[in-house]
Order: sequence, then C-alpha cells, then structure tokens
Amino acid sequence: MKGDSDPQTSDRVDKRTQPNRRQFLTAAGATGALALTAGCSSMGGGSGSDTLKMGVLEDQSGNFALTGIQKYHAQKLAVEEINAEGGINGQEIEMIAPDPQSDNQRYQELARRLINRDNVDVLFGGFASSSREAIRPIVDENQQLYFYTNQYEGGVCDTYTWCTGAVPEQQISTTLEFLTDEFGDNFYTIAADYNFGQITAAWYRKVANEIGANVMEEEFIPLDVSQFGSTINRIQEADPDFLVTLLVGSNHASFYNQKNASGLEVPMNTTINMAQGYEHLRFDPPALANMYVGVNYMQEIPTEQNRDFVDRFYERWPDADYVGQMAQNSYFTTYLYKQAVEKAGTTDQDEVLKVLDEEPISVEAPEGTVTTDPETHHVTHQIRLARADESHEITFRNQQAVEPYWLRETPYPGCDLTQTTGASEDEETTQYQPQGV
Amino acid sequence: MASILPQVLNLFLQFIDSFGFLVLSAIGLAIIFGMMGVINLAHGEFITVGAYGTALSFHAGLPLPVAMLVGVALTTVFGLILEFTIIRRLYGRLLDSMVATWGISLIMIQGLRIVFGSSLPSIGTPLGSVQYGSFSYSTYRLLLAGASLVLLGVLYWVFTSTDFGTRARATIQNEEMSRALGTDTNRMYLLTFGIGSALAGLTGALYAPTMTIVPGMGSTFLVEAFVTVVVGGASVLVGTSGAGLLLGFINAVFSNLFGTFAGRMALLVTTILVIRALPRGITGLLEDVRGET
Repeated sequence: MKGDSDPQTSDRVDKRTQPNRRQFLTAAGATGALALTAGCSSMGGGSGSDTLKMGVLEDQSGNFALTGIQKYHAQKLAVEEINAEGGINGQEIEMIAPDPQSDNQRYQELARRLINRDNVDVLFGGFASSSREAIRPIVDENQQLYFYTNQYEGGVCDTYTWCTGAVPEQQISTTLEFLTDEFGDNFYTIAADYNFGQITAAWYRKVANEIGANVMEEEFIPLDVSQFGSTINRIQEADPDFLVTLLVGSNHASFYNQKNASGLEVPMNTTINMAQGYEHLRFDPPALANMYVGVNYMQEIPTEQNRDFVDRFYERWPDADYVGQMAQNSYFTTYLYKQAVEKAGTTDQDEVLKVLDEEPISVEAPEGTVTTDPETHHVTHQIRLARADESHEITFRNQQAVEPYWLRETPYPGCDLTQTTGASEDEETTQYQPQGV
Repeated sequence: MASILPQVLNLFLQFIDSFGFLVLSAIGLAIIFGMMGVINLAHGEFITVGAYGTALSFHAGLPLPVAMLVGVALTTVFGLILEFTIIRRLYGRLLDSMVATWGISLIMIQGLRIVFGSSLPSIGTPLGSVQYGSFSYSTYRLLLAGASLVLLGVLYWVFTSTDFGTRARATIQNEEMSRALGTDTNRMYLLTFGIGSALAGLTGALYAPTMTIVPGMGSTFLVEAFVTVVVGGASVLVGTSGAGLLLGFINAVFSNLFGTFAGRMALLVTTILVIRALPRGITGLLEDVRGET
C-alpha cells in the first residue's frame, strides 16, 4: 500500500516545485500554460498548491470495508461532480484517499502523512469511533479541519472536528418513544464492546429514564464474536418487549441469521443496521423482520431528490451494492465544505473554520435540508423511522428535522464552540458522555 | 424443578454447540499441523473458500447439501494446488511456512473482496428450531454438533483402519524408513494436506448458513482453532476432542452465566493455564497417565 501512494506524492511534490521554473523556460508551451494558471489559483490556497487537497480516510479493506467503500464511492462522486462544475473557487479538488484497512494504527500513520506531508486542506473520514478517537489528537495537534461523517455515539465537542452524522439524541429519543408505546416498556440491549457500543447503550439508559422505560439487561460483545447461541438464550430468558441491537461489523451481523434460526421473535431497534450495512438486502428474510431504526438516510427514501442522487450514484458505480447513511453524509458534507470555502473565499483552514463557526449553513442533501450547528459542530438532520417488514421491504414514518441539542445543554455538557472562532489556544477537544446513567 | 430443567438443557445445548464449533474450527488445522508440522495461518481462509463455494453454488440454484459438497470439493482442489505449488517447498521450515501461509491468507481475503465484493447474500439457516420451556434452539446448530462427532469417528477409522492411514502415520513417524518400505511420502503429504483442506472446506460449508459471508469471515474461526490445537496437543483426534470437551464446557458455563465476553475470557484464561501446567496439552496428560498405569 505504501508503494502505491509514494509515487503519487512525489509526483505532486514535483508539480508544486516545478511551475515557477517552467514558467520561465516554456512560457508558450502547454505545460507553461498549465503552470501559469496553477500559479494564479494557488494564491488563496492553504497549502499553496495548484489544487485543493482533500485527504479522505475510508476503509477499503478489513472489517469495515462494506461501509467504507460506500463512503469512498459517495465522496468520490461528490468530488467528481464538483470538479466537473469547475471545482471550488476555480480550484480543482485532488482527493488523496489511502486505505486505512480498518486498522487504527494505519489511521494514525495515514492521518499524520496526509496532514504533515501532503498538507491537505481538509481531512475527511473514519468509520469506527475508535478510529476517529485514534486520529482526533493528531487532528487537534495540527489544527487540521476534519469532517467525521459517521453516525456515532455523540458528545464530541472539538474546535477542529465537525461531526456530520446523526447522534443519539436524534436517532434514539423519537424512536424509543414510539417503540415503548407500541410494544411495552421493557427492553434488552446487546452492544458491541467498544466506545461506540458502550456510550450508545448509556444513551439508551438515559432516554429510558426520561420516558419511564426499563433496561432489563445489557450485554457487551467483543467485535470478533460471531457465534450467538448463549446470547440468544439469555435474551429468551429475559423475554423483553423489544431488543436493542448495537452490533457492529460483519462478525456481529451473523446474529440476525442465528436469531432467526433459533426461533426468537422479538421487535428490534438499532441505530446502525440496515442504513449502513444494508442487512435487509444481504440477509434472507425474515432475519430482520420488525427491525426499527431511526435514520437520517437510506437509499430507499422515496423522494425525488433522493431518487436522483441514487441514480447518479449507480451510474457512476454500477457494481455498487448499496448507498447508505454514512455514504450520503460523506456526499453532502463534501458540498458543505464547498459552500464554506466559497464563503471564506480561501481554503485557508483557519478562515474556513471561522466561516463555519459564524452562522449556520444549509445544504440540500439527498435526505432533505441539512443545517449546521456552529455551537456544537454537529448538524440538524431529517430523521425518519424506518421499519423492515417480513419480506424486508422498508417503510418510513415520522419524518422530522431534529437538532443535535444535547451537547449545548447547560450546565453539562455546555459545549459552545462559537466562543472562539477558528483556531485558538484554549480550544475544546473533549468527548462528553451522558452522566448519571 | 420445572424451571431448572430448561436451564440445564440450555447449558447442555450450548456445550455441544460450543464443542461442535471448536472441533470443526480446529480439525483441519490439527491434521495439517499434527501430521505434517505445518502451521497453516491461511486455515481461516480455507474455511472461507468452503463457505464461498457453498454460498455461490447455492445461489446458482443447487440444493444446499449439493452446494456444500461443491464447497468442500473446491476447497480440496484449492488446497491440493497450494500444496503442490507452495507448501511442498516449506516442509520442515516452520517459520517460513507461517509467513508464507499468512501471506496467502492476506492475498485471499483481499482477492475475494476484489472478485466478489465485500459481502455475499446470506443463506437462510434451514430446519427451524426446537422449543423447550421459554427457550428455543436452532435445530441446524445441534446438527452441526452431531456432524463434529461423526467427523471425529470417520477420521479415527481412516487413520487407524485403512491402508492410507497406516502409511500416513508411518510417514509422520519416520519418513525415510517409510520411503524405504515403498511408501510414496510426497503423495502422503499431498493427500494429508488435501484431507486437511477438505475438512476446513467442510467447516466453511457447514457454517455458511449461519453466518454473514464476507471475505474476512475465516478470522472468527482462527482463534478457536488455534486455541483448540494448543490445548489439545500433538495428537490429532484425542487432542482435538479432549480440548473441544474441556473448552466447550468452560465456554458454555461462563457465557451462559455471565455473557459472551466472560465466555471468551474463560476460554483464553483456560488456555493459558493449560499451556503453563501441561506444555504438551491434553495429549501429553493422557500419555503420562497411560505411562504410569
């Protein structure tokens, strides 16, 4: 993999250093013309190069490739569309996307490389929360503008990080109310055993307290487990009204098939399945029958705006299997970044961060209108409650715009990133967790 | 009484489920390691090939049992080709063979991803479930446990009562002598590797209907496979079934009482204790006992 990207980088370094000399040597030649325009447009550039450099870290191999490849495809589509329309402020986007291989250590190496050696103007990506937390210190240390486009457990309040995926208060609150009304108050949680699963499970406890529901039991399952016989028995023993599954990755996905085979029938709720890993298409029905998930996007959303996006996506990537929630996030976030740079008139990261902090920006995304929240660096999403039926057909209900309200609640967590705009010395980089649950 | 019985049954079913998983995960690896001294780090991917062969031929319209046979056949052929081209050159070079098979494993995972994408459609688990009290268990998974027992029986017969078995064991014990007595040892190694591959393929074929079929699925078998072989020791059949019984029991008790995570911890802690107390595994323990009496 290293061998793949090294030549590219040295190529780019050449381009960057050559124009000035070539301008003199071959002023009339085609290369000279190229170098001349490049020289002009680099005036406002943060890294002083002829293209806008966008670093993208998405897993194209390893445990998270199933979703990582979707995200990579969607972002590439957005970049190509923008470049075809003349780029951002006339600058073409150069997308540098080495493969972190679902490996946190690779994430750190590559983040360092993109920031320090490639001098990217903006960094995108990361799938698992553990990979985001692996690179966030590097991002902060280098004052690097970073967009994390995943749905996640929430709570990141960071001057340099924008989280454009949905967070628990958006996905859980509305869904849980509906489910307790429909099925009863007692639920059972099984969750992946790392920061995402632990914190999201805490969120379920918090919301359950607020609406008077009851968490019967929680089980946290290591990511490499793929056999669920004992888990299924324990659920049967507890006999919950519904089951919350916060399972991550392809090993955990085996749960649904095994649950179905063992005859356990119970309504389910999740924040992650279907909308990311398209389990409803990959698994034989009725493995996911009666699965409810609060989503900000699925490719099945029947609006014209979305049909149009889905058509363009499959036209560009005919072999793709699905375009899910995170992929859509990567897509609209690229356009969000474009708007911010155009408003700032420069790719200078400090200026772009300032523009993002000054006032909300709205983007027309495939899901509908998405608006940024400068105080918390999250976004207001159009949330729908999706349900899979016996034959895995998806229906949507209760569409509503939900703000990311929790982080700015006072006194805790009290996140307000507008107090300082752009880079600053006393910057905030905390990830808050729900307290007292 | 009425309430305790389903619980006991639960524990028992989980025990045989766990036993089946451990034995089926490990058996191909155990044969290749025990008989040939090659540590096959691509073992998980052999299992993946079996599962892919099964899933692809099932989705092409074959009935499931036939599709499984296709999966096994495919893995066998694959194993034979690898033995003939690569593994053959690495006998007696333990570390080299580990690096080579690990490389093969990496190439296969990414190769499968490039050719077939990041996931294949799943195969629904057949045969429904059995009910007892407020619990139920997948019938198919119980069948898997039965399959592991049948397999151990068949292997015992092959290695003790057939001409091939005798020659294979002779080759392991003293290669030069068996060559002098007219055994084609190269052919024995090839066949043994083929059997090991076929068994890995069978594991993949049998578990294909219970799992998500993705390029990296083999890795979930690998830990169990190695743990079982380490705890079992050098003897293929006695070691594997002994380790399956011990670890299966511990895993079932702990995951039933305290959840999956505790089950896994208990499994690994037991392994550490066994390595510390019995460096030659269960095989060594049995040999000592037999030696004393």
